[in-house]
Amino acid sequence: MKTAISLPTLGAMGKTGTWRVFRPIIDVEKCIKCWRCWIFCPDGVISRDDYPTIDLEYCKGCGICAHECPVDAIKMEREKK
Amino acid sequence: MIVIDTGNNIAALAAKMARPKVIAAYPITPQTKVVERIAEFVEKGELDTEYIHVESEHSAMTACIAASATGVRTFTATASHGLLLMHEMLHWAGLSRLPVVMVNVNRSIGPGWNIWSDLNDSLSQRDTGWIQFYASSNQEIFDNVIQAYKIAENEEIFLPAMVSYDGFILSHTSMPLDVPDQSKIDAFLPAFKPGWTLDVEHPITHGNIVSPKPYMDIRYSMEKAMKKAQKIIQEVGEEWGKKFGRPYGLVQEYRCDDADYVFVTMAALAAEAKVAVDNLRDKGEKAGLINLRTVRPFPYSQLKYDNMIVIDRDISPGLGGIIYHEMKKLNYTMYSFIAGIGGVDVSYKDIERMYQLAQDDKEGWYPLEVK
Repeated sequence: MKTAISLPTLGAMGKTGTWRVFRPIIDVEKCIKCWRCWIFCPDGVISRDDYPTIDLEYCKGCGICAHECPVDAIKMEREKK
Repeated sequence: MIVIDTGNNIAALAAKMARPKVIAAYPITPQTKVVERIAEFVEKGELDTEYIHVESEHSAMTACIAASATGVRTFTATASHGLLLMHEMLHWAGLSRLPVVMVNVNRSIGPGWNIWSDLNDSLSQRDTGWIQFYASSNQEIFDNVIQAYKIAENEEIFLPAMVSYDGFILSHTSMPLDVPDQSKIDAFLPAFKPGWTLDVEHPITHGNIVSPKPYMDIRYSMEKAMKKAQKIIQEVGEEWGKKFGRPYGLVQEYRCDDADYVFVTMAALAAEAKVAVDNLRDKGEKAGLINLRTVRPFPYSQLKYDNMIVIDRDISPGLGGIIYHEMKKLNYTMYSFIAGIGGVDVSYKDIERMYQLAQDDKEGWYPLEVK
C-alpha cells in the first residue's frame, strides 16, 4: 500500500529562508518572554532560549511573530539585496 | 432471524452491526432515511459511535476520511447529488487508501428534479478508486455492507468501498431477509487494523507534496490493490457463504451454462431479469443472466459468453451505455439496451421483449429507439 506520507525532517523543502523578503528582528530589551511568537510561528523556527531566537535558515519572513507580539518587540526589516 | 424491512432500514442495521466508531451525515434530500435510522440507534443508546452532523456531503466524506485516518471504522450514506458533491473527497479517500464504507442510493441527477432509480450517480464516480458493489435485494444490501468492511479493510486492499442500491425500488420497499446474530457478525468481521494512522506520538504528514515518479507509484499501487480485490472479494464471499448460507462472488450467474443469450445487468434490474429468464426458459428459450455485483474492480474474468444482452440503467452521453462500453474490450457478440433511465419502470415483460429484439439483431434505447 502506497500513499502520500512523509516523516518530519528539517528542511524537507530546502532552505526556505531564501524566500524571505522581510527579516524579523527581536528587541530583547522590550521582550517580556510571553512566547506568543513561539506559539504562533507556523514554521516552528523560533526556539525558547533566554530570549526567542529565530532560525533564519528556514524563517520565511511571514511576520506573524511581529503581528502577535503584544509589546512590539519584533520589527520586520526589508532584506538587503 | 428473519425480518421484513426497507432497504434503507436494512442498510442502517448493517452499518450498526459493523460497529463503526464515527458516522458523519448530512440529512437532507436527496439523502435517504439511512442516517435518520442511525440517529435513532445512537439516541436510544444502541450504537456506541461518534455521530457527526456536518454541513454538506463534501464535509461528511471529509469527516469520515479524517476519522478513518485516526484508525477507526467509519460509515456514511448518501444519494444522487450528495454523492456528486463528495466527488473530490472520494478521490481523496481512494488515494489515501482509507477503507471508508458508504451506502449510496442510486437516484437520478437533476435537472429535472427526479429522485427515482438511475445508476448514473455512482457510475460517474467509477474512477475515484472506490470498490463498488450493487445490490438487487434487501438481503444483498445487508450482506454487501458487512462484506464491504472486511474487503476494504483487508491489508492487501485498503481501499474505500461503496454499496449502491436502487432508489425506491429497494430503498423504500420492504422485503423479508435473514439477519444473523450480532455475535456471528462480530466473529466474521474482526476489529479494524489501519494501514497508517495520524498519531501525535508518531507524527507524520499525510497529503504532502509528492513528485511525479512517486505519485505514479501511488496510482500503480492502487491499481494493483483493485486487481487483488477480485480475489479477496471472492474469498470473503465464499466465507460468507460457508457461515451464512449465501455465497457471493464478483457476479451472480443464473442459468448460463447452456444459454444461447445471456443478459448482463445489475442492481434491481437484475432481479427483474431473473424472472424474465425463468419465463423465457418456460417457453423453451435458452436464456441466462449475469448479475454484476461489482463494477470496480470490473469482473472481466466472469464475462465469457457469446450473445450477451447488456441492459444499462445509465448513459454516458456521446458514448452509450456505460457497462456495455466497459465490456467492449471483450471479444464476444453483444447487444446494448439503454432502459429505465430516470426510474422508468422496466418489467420482466420488457426484458423478455429485449431478448426477442436481440435475436432480431436489434438494440438501442428501449423503447424510444430500437433498431
